[in-house]
Amino acid sequence: MINIVEVRRLTKTFDGGFEALKSVNLDIKSGEIIALLGPNGAGKTTLISTICGIMRGTSGTVTIGGHDTITAYRSARSLVGLVPQEIALEPFEKVINTVRFSRGLFGKSPNDAYLKKVLESLSLWDKKDSKIMTLSGGMKRRVLIAKALAHEPRVLFLDEPTAGVDVELRKDMWQVVAQLKKDGVTIILTTHYIEEAEAIADRVGVIAKGEILLVENKADLITRMGQKTLKIDLAESVKTIPKALSKYNLTIEANGLLYAYDTAEDRTGITGLLADLKKVGLKMIDIHTRQSSLEEIFVSLVSDKDMSVNKEDVA
Amino acid sequence: MNYQAIRSIYTFEMARFFRTLMQSFISPVISTVLYFVVFGTAIGSRMESVDGIGYGEFIVPGLIMLSVMTQATSNASFGIYFPKFIGTIYELLSAPVSFLEITVGYVGAAATKAMFIGIIILATSFLFVDLTIQHPFAMIAFLTLTCLSFSLLGFIIGIWAGNFEQLQLIPLLIITPLVFLGGSFYSVTMLPPIWQTITMFNPVVYLISGFRWSFFGTADVPIGLSLMAIALFTAVCLGIIAWIFKTGWRIRQ
Repeated sequence: MINIVEVRRLTKTFDGGFEALKSVNLDIKSGEIIALLGPNGAGKTTLISTICGIMRGTSGTVTIGGHDTITAYRSARSLVGLVPQEIALEPFEKVINTVRFSRGLFGKSPNDAYLKKVLESLSLWDKKDSKIMTLSGGMKRRVLIAKALAHEPRVLFLDEPTAGVDVELRKDMWQVVAQLKKDGVTIILTTHYIEEAEAIADRVGVIAKGEILLVENKADLITRMGQKTLKIDLAESVKTIPKALSKYNLTIEANGLLYAYDTAEDRTGITGLLADLKKVGLKMIDIHTRQSSLEEIFVSLVSDKDMSVNKEDVA
Repeated sequence: MNYQAIRSIYTFEMARFFRTLMQSFISPVISTVLYFVVFGTAIGSRMESVDGIGYGEFIVPGLIMLSVMTQATSNASFGIYFPKFIGTIYELLSAPVSFLEITVGYVGAAATKAMFIGIIILATSFLFVDLTIQHPFAMIAFLTLTCLSFSLLGFIIGIWAGNFEQLQLIPLLIITPLVFLGGSFYSVTMLPPIWQTITMFNPVVYLISGFRWSFFGTADVPIGLSLMAIALFTAVCLGIIAWIFKTGWRIRQ
């Protein structure tokens, strides 16, 4: 797959000296949905803003569809739609007019039939003549998406599209995103809701303190980083782990034992453990396995990052 | 050149003007009527003619300039400040448009509004005084250039302003005094000699004088000088705007 967005050694240092992006490299493949996960202040919005032209990078390059965002900004930007994090809309204007404005601003000739399609897909068509100020928060967010889609972009940036949005609307938005992917639009979304990345992204990038820690296929990431645990419910709970079982990574839980293992290893040790349990005479009632979620992976990555940064500080 | 973008910005800005059509027109009309009642009728009837022109007629060009300059400045500054204030500027910054297109769109709309208001005041003036315009084409040209150059100035103020107070500050502190002291209601020759010299440093004198020349054929300063002054003023404003967009000052971090 070809890369539609390429970010190379991008840095951004603010006037006060704060380094928001530290040599970021990122390739976004055409047609994919990539989620950028990161805590608040990680640099997600700065990264998106720099790619889209709202901020200037301090050094490094960004290309969109092969066009440099500085030297060929017209070609680059005309491919991009941006949905900002904060709701920013002209309050006194009608929905349809703000959407028409966006389309024209990107140099596209008027096409009300297309705009009708966009508004309908976002359930906004019956609100087209309403003033923005009369809409609910969720509706305003849809208007932002409609504006970003008004000029038929190939790449759509969604900066925390579902922050502060109720569950129903969030699900609706996920559907809209899925439909856009079907239409061949590349989607980059930032979020700090892990379940959002888990639900819709093909790949996940983790960003913290201005650095991209990793970018991987969501499924690979979960498998690779995935610690699995085997919960063994026992007929009679034990107070100490029998000596014969000491070679296993076991912890005592209420009503049983918890066995942690890595799915990436050749031998998980489950067969041996079950046999040895029988040998020492422990009676099992039930067993179940659980795989760590993206959230746990994410938390462990970001806290590792914190620790390594602290170490550097000490050194 | 992204002409669609210019058209979009222009029509979007004009829509704001038409939404508030009543305020946009009524306030300049009322203030013009008040000026005519006070200066034209009450005071003007006791005044001698200026350069052989009745005082009521004499103040018409100054009145138009006063409103046009302040309206152009405030329209243009508000036009670009408002997107900054509510955050919709993100769209302009991420769109495939150059500074030229953004400026033409916003300044063009602001200048058009100011022009409308200038024409409304001129039309209202005909109700009070008997006017003949000696050089109608020059009058239109001067009016257009003034609308444009002061809209450019307003655009700069709008980008510079960090809050609504600053947005009002320059028009209030600088433009209104310059316009009042620029010969809107008097001929420069009526001033004591020392003030005549000082007033020549006021750029607005040249604009009002030139505009008045297009009405009556007489002026405080030669018409060529007036044209040069307005050209210089426009060039300076354009230069500053080009620099703003090149450096991203106050708009793009």
